[in-house]
Amino acid sequence: MKIILASYIVLMMGMSGFSQNTKLEESKKRGSEIYADFCINCHMPNGEGVKGEFPPLAKSDFLIKNRTKSIKALKYGLKGEIIVNGVKYNGFMAPLGLSEDEVADVMNYITNSWGNKNKKMITEQEVAKVAKK
Amino acid sequence: MNRINLLFIAIFSSLIACAQQIESSVKAKDATSVTYTVEDVVTELNIPWGMVFLPEGGMLITEKSGEIIHFKDGVKTEIQGVPEVYVRGQGGLLDLELHPDYKNNGWIYFTFASSKGKGDGGFTAIMRAKLDGASLAQNELLYKGGPNTKKGQHFGGRIEFDNDGYLYFSIGDRGNRDENPQDITRDGGKIYRLHADGRIPVDNPFVGKTGAKSAVYSYGHRNPQGLVKHYKTGEIWEHEHGPKGGDEINIIQKGKNFGWPVISYGVNYDGTSLTDKTSNSGMEQPFFYWVPSIAPSGMTFVTSDIYPDWKGNLLVGSLKFKYIERLVIEGNKVVKREIILKDLGRVRNVRQGPDGYIYAAIEGEGIVKIIPNK
Ligand code: HEC
Repeated sequence: MKIILASYIVLMMGMSGFSQNTKLEESKKRGSEIYADFCINCHMPNGEGVKGEFPPLAKSDFLIKNRTKSIKALKYGLKGEIIVNGVKYNGFMAPLGLSEDEVADVMNYITNSWGNKNKKMITEQEVAKVAKK
Repeated sequence: MNRINLLFIAIFSSLIACAQQIESSVKAKDATSVTYTVEDVVTELNIPWGMVFLPEGGMLITEKSGEIIHFKDGVKTEIQGVPEVYVRGQGGLLDLELHPDYKNNGWIYFTFASSKGKGDGGFTAIMRAKLDGASLAQNELLYKGGPNTKKGQHFGGRIEFDNDGYLYFSIGDRGNRDENPQDITRDGGKIYRLHADGRIPVDNPFVGKTGAKSAVYSYGHRNPQGLVKHYKTGEIWEHEHGPKGGDEINIIQKGKNFGWPVISYGVNYDGTSLTDKTSNSGMEQPFFYWVPSIAPSGMTFVTSDIYPDWKGNLLVGSLKFKYIERLVIEGNKVVKREIILKDLGRVRNVRQGPDGYIYAAIEGEGIVKIIPNK
């Protein structure tokens, strides 16, 4: 009995991990479509950006270290000087008009692509909590 | 299989993997000497999409985020009564134009992304209105494309009048290149022509064709953000964004198909081929094409005597390279491309004002005036 219970628990844990994973996979997939639709023309197909003009998202220290700021940038726009991987950018990204679930999806995509890794999935609720000021 | 065959296969497959592009016939070069200075006219603008000069002095400027700004004697006033704008991706409040007889009738025309009508999302619309103090009045929606879509791309949106008073405007393919641009029964990927009051001219090319959008004047366009009347011929000149390479200048002709996406000098953003054709029967060749892309927005012919060396030239804003291109045209060909106004920022719009000076709208900055050295 003990063994059955233990294996049941292990199985459940595995499954919840699995469903978390498929959730992330689905979110990333939707995010990749949003990326192709809304971001690719500036940040380029592999997130490499355009030096001095559009900052990279691939291995971007800004994106990795500033999760909330990045969500805020996508919700409300970003203006003024920032430094990404040692390069100064002083541009302007207008708010893109994405809904909160779309911001979560595209964040999950860009934080898990081109060598980026993000252990904690970004949810619509997390995006909703990020305020303008 | 011998070695030569293998070599051929290798070459051939590398051709497929990364499509070859033919660069523009004339390359852009820096000016040999700078012969002008630049003066700030309006500061602190974000994305100044459209601008017009009012005969009573001052100007109206659209911000993509949805505001119309009146600017006069250094004072900005936000105009009230602007319709609800669908701000998403490249969509928002777009161009602005005055009726050729604005002095007498007061009509202002503007394009914007609108979510009006059926379905989620939005599509490009054109409205006219009059100024009543600091507010819009008598708003009339003249046309709105559909069906609404949540896609963020290619709203087009430039407006121009011709010598006969017809109103032209562009709508891009709305991110649906496989369905919209080649189908005259669908909106998007088109140049439209209307009477100034919004009626559809009876001699528009597709009037009476079953299912056709009768406001359509030409089709097979990708994302036109430049539309200007030629100062001599009166023809409507257009430019449009290509994908990666393949931006075009076209001279718009009634009922003609400009080929997108069947023919193009561009490739997909990731470098893969989108079509192997650059020409096809029944499809127009561009007047000029850009490879690599400059991401053109706004254009004007220089006609004033203020710039003797530039007279008759076409100026085109480049979002991508942050400059204005001066295109010298001889006969039916571009013979020279020169870079001016380098590094001020992404150039969204360029126009010659009624005072003969050239004005450029720069993203994140504002509007500047180009003053030639004495
Ligand atoms: C019109 C061009 C443009 C588009 C479209 C655009 N961005 Fe940006 N983005 C910029 C610019 C410019 C900056 C830097 C702004 C500054 O200098 O303050 C930036 C900054 C960023 C940053 C923070 C800096 C970094 O490199 O980590 C992130 C994250 C980002 N963008 C993500 C996105 C995503 C995701 C999309 C699509 C949903 C998108 N952007 C669409 C131009 C654009």
